[in-house]
Amino acid sequence: MSTTTTRGVAQPAPAKASKARPRRGLRGNPTFNFWLFTGPFLIGLVIFVFVPIFWSVWLSFFDARYTVTPSHFIGFDNYKQILTNSGFPDSLLTFSVFAAFIVPTTWALSLGLALLVHRLRFMRAFFRSVFFLPTAVSYVAASLIWKMSIFSGVRFGLMNTFLGWFGVENIAYLANPSPPWYWVVIVSLRLWIQSGFYMILFLAALQNIPGELYEAAAIDGAKPGWQTFRYITLPQLRATSTAVILLLLIAAYQAFDEFFNIITLKATWAQTPLMELYKTALGTNQDYGAGSAGAVILSLLICLVTLIQGKFMGFGRGEEGK
Amino acid sequence: MSAMSTPNWNRRNVLQAAMGLAAAGGLAACGGNTGRSSGGGSGTALTQYFHAYGEAGTEQAIKKYAAAYKKADVSTNWITGDNFESALFAALLTKKAPDVFEFHPQLQLVKSGQVADLTDLIDPVKDDFNPNDIKSHTVDGKIYGIRMIDDPQFFYYRKSMFEAAKVEVPTTLEELSEAAAKLTTSKVKGVFLGNDFTAIQNVIIWSAGADTINEKNEIAYHTDGVVEGLKELRKLFTSGNVLLDAPTDFWDPSSLNQGLCAMQWGGMWSMPAMQKALGDDLGIFPFPKIGSAGKQSVYNGGWSIFVNAKGKNVEAAKEYVKWLWIDQKKYQEDWATSYGFHIPPRTSIASSATKLKSGLPAEGVKLFTDYGHFDNIAYDQTMQTAFAEVIASSIRKNGNPESALDTCDKKVNVELKKLFG
Repeated sequence: MSTTTTRGVAQPAPAKASKARPRRGLRGNPTFNFWLFTGPFLIGLVIFVFVPIFWSVWLSFFDARYTVTPSHFIGFDNYKQILTNSGFPDSLLTFSVFAAFIVPTTWALSLGLALLVHRLRFMRAFFRSVFFLPTAVSYVAASLIWKMSIFSGVRFGLMNTFLGWFGVENIAYLANPSPPWYWVVIVSLRLWIQSGFYMILFLAALQNIPGELYEAAAIDGAKPGWQTFRYITLPQLRATSTAVILLLLIAAYQAFDEFFNIITLKATWAQTPLMELYKTALGTNQDYGAGSAGAVILSLLICLVTLIQGKFMGFGRGEEGK
Repeated sequence: MSAMSTPNWNRRNVLQAAMGLAAAGGLAACGGNTGRSSGGGSGTALTQYFHAYGEAGTEQAIKKYAAAYKKADVSTNWITGDNFESALFAALLTKKAPDVFEFHPQLQLVKSGQVADLTDLIDPVKDDFNPNDIKSHTVDGKIYGIRMIDDPQFFYYRKSMFEAAKVEVPTTLEELSEAAAKLTTSKVKGVFLGNDFTAIQNVIIWSAGADTINEKNEIAYHTDGVVEGLKELRKLFTSGNVLLDAPTDFWDPSSLNQGLCAMQWGGMWSMPAMQKALGDDLGIFPFPKIGSAGKQSVYNGGWSIFVNAKGKNVEAAKEYVKWLWIDQKKYQEDWATSYGFHIPPRTSIASSATKLKSGLPAEGVKLFTDYGHFDNIAYDQTMQTAFAEVIASSIRKNGNPESALDTCDKKVNVELKKLFG
């Protein structure tokens, strides 16, 4: 590394010397480089996130039917309307129940898949791909397959054909809300599409657990299997689990595509908060004021749930804080 | 020098090229895939929005008409999927709003100044239009849209299945339920009313002798007859004699054509496809009456053309609309009868349309004339959505029809207050 010459060895090439010199002009300016790389994203963030948020808050205080530039200020009337004269509160309740079910189920399934794939000694890449592939399928396409092919209510629907072999009558999974077979359709679709993605996160986390921990536990007498999983693996996955649960929770409240295509807007059950807002603002009613009021309420609720979850699970705290 | 500078220059080049490509892509996106008719006119550029009709050839037809117009370059946005309404309304808020679009008459569109007054276009030929179509597009004496097609909706049935089961054509809702029970077999369901029953939500009201809203713009649907109809339909829904969760909805002829049901609620537009599949084994009847005060009814849906009053080329758009939907009678007849069957709103065209003069199409026209009910411009989308929730709650979910209607009343009254103060 030294540039000192001995026994007539040639001096370092000028080009190398020039590398040591500070860069000239804007290219060498760290502040410029910072803005060069983050600027476009920041501009995008402002235009596509912050402006719509502020616009939405502003709209929520105006009578905005068929317009996003209204002039008639109505105070909190839109909030009153969305909370008392729409399906929005019901949708929040329904989706709290849905979230309470789907979040732990997806968490357990994706963790289980990750553990299975992690322990495989052969064809690991194949099974990893198999479980991850549904993530690449769009919710809309999958919804149509689920609705029109697998869970179609007619005699040649896949599930009805299968059940017919055992003498079971055709079931209308979606038209008839009692019994609520539609949850089987929705939940199976969501688990199929989501689990692979979270499996990959858990798989990455599993691969980062140091082997020494398991060796030390074995020396201390820990039995492989449940005991090791309970006291070594699970605590080591705490940070990943927290992030996964947070993402699942937000995804549950943001559910739209499969419900929109499977349940449709013309039901009074299984309407997600976003569907209610879509119905109010973008669908038939075109009431951007009331829709914005609902969006503000939903955003605040998601923030609140996230903060509460963060408090209980320690999301964002350092190791010392745990 | 060059050895040092070349890599830096390449990075710049890459960045510049990427930005150039992005800009070019953006420009291409602006100009590409507009659906513009080739060989069309020159000068003013107009855009029209249409929902995707199910009948083959309709997209080509509407583009052919547009291409024949020489005073403007008319591009067509043919919107597929179930979200025509959303796509249209979202577009109307932007600078790329269509100049011309099809929709149903809606008072809110008039009140918000979204649709242009077309009275001067229609007045000279007003008497040639179905008066009900004129009425449903009129607000304070001004006409805001031109009806393109009338779409009566009624029941289709398989005559052979009726004969085999010894079933007469039902005239009351109870008879419909009884017929559905007799016609149901292990492979065929008695009746198909659409997957969510909302296709019949207006005819339930009319068949029970009620109305959506009355002349004074007050709620008119909340009657004992309507409650009775909702209860009877709940019984039918749970009887096991109704086709549910069919792969396609009421607007598609497949359920009847494929033998999944013996009766299907549908539109006259499906008639050619049904006749092709079933030949003479096909009959039609109106929605049966509900209760003693009820009467049979047919819903006359349809589509109308509107001019965006906030568009950049309102006068040019009005000129195009006049040319196509008032002057070009051949195209109007072609649009109404060459693909699915629709009834032309112009009396002169309807009476000369040979395809509608005999057989089942003529029966359809008769049902339209005898039992037809038209859109009320003040009964808007919000109110219809509220009543769709009554159907969902009281027929599909076993809720109390009275309380479902009470909830609907609250929403409709809020809307009526917004519209009329």
